[in-house]
Amino acid sequence: MDNIIRALEQEGMKKDLPNLKIGDFVKVNVKVKEGNRERIQSFEGTIIAMRGSGIRKTVTVRRVSYGIGVERVFPVHSPKVDSFEIIRRGKARRAKLYYLRERVGKRARLKEDLATAID
Amino acid sequence: MKKCMLGKKIGMTQVFTEDGNMVPVTVISAGPVAVVQKKTVEIDGYNALKVGYEDVPAKKLNKPLKGQFEKAKVPAKRYLREFRLDDISGFEVGSVIKVEDMFADGDKVDVTGISKGKGFQGTVKRFGTGRGRMSHGSGYHRGLGSMGAHSDPSRVFKGKVMPGHMGAERVTVQNLTVVKVDAERGLLLVKGAVPGPKGGLLMIKDSVKAKA
Repeated sequence: MDNIIRALEQEGMKKDLPNLKIGDFVKVNVKVKEGNRERIQSFEGTIIAMRGSGIRKTVTVRRVSYGIGVERVFPVHSPKVDSFEIIRRGKARRAKLYYLRERVGKRARLKEDLATAID
Repeated sequence: MKKCMLGKKIGMTQVFTEDGNMVPVTVISAGPVAVVQKKTVEIDGYNALKVGYEDVPAKKLNKPLKGQFEKAKVPAKRYLREFRLDDISGFEVGSVIKVEDMFADGDKVDVTGISKGKGFQGTVKRFGTGRGRMSHGSGYHRGLGSMGAHSDPSRVFKGKVMPGHMGAERVTVQNLTVVKVDAERGLLLVKGAVPGPKGGLLMIKDSVKAKA
């Protein structure tokens, strides 16, 4: 990619991001605007996909909420996404964990990856 | 028209606004351009500014071109373009115009470029006509359809869409918003897509549609 665009993207990118990996169970803190007030809402789930590079990078986080699968796509460098917290590392053997969508309950778990340090 | 600039398309990316919205932008390396000639109503019948963009070794130009630059006392430039402006009194021959002199954040601009060449294309791609069904033995897939009625009029009407060369033509995209002007690097960030390949020459003017 062009160096000028890379430099331009670098300016808007967050510097303090944790090293997110596929399979991580994360807590995403999102800024929500209610009228004039701004508060932080968190969304917990497993990272099942990452795409894009530079400032265009997004992560797809999946969780099962009241029996319904919910997936949210977060632009990592968006000002609306306050922060990421890695709660535990999961062992993933492929880049996209879309197979989790077909799994329910205990089968939809990932083995914990204790070898990879958080941060 | 009040503003003009020449530039090169660098590529596309995204930027975030302060309230967190994502904006798709095209990055244009714009200017600086040098004024080579001023055309006036008295001499030429209309007002226009002739500007040159991007330095080039003088030996690459032929004599007629070189003469123009020498007359204006401007280093040799690769591109020469003319813009018809309402008022050219603020510009001097030989002076250099930078992006930040012309445009500011939030301006509306029209961007002209040469679109990417698509080669010889059929009517489906070229004009967006429908196609026949691909299965069930239709035998008619992406053809150009009927040429028209039979013995009356006994000819094909003008304007009948047919296959032919597509792209590589002058295209103007109107009313784009300037998201950011980067004076330091001479960059112009414009919301949305602009015609042409990366590295293609672009003419940037103030928008004809925007209300002053």
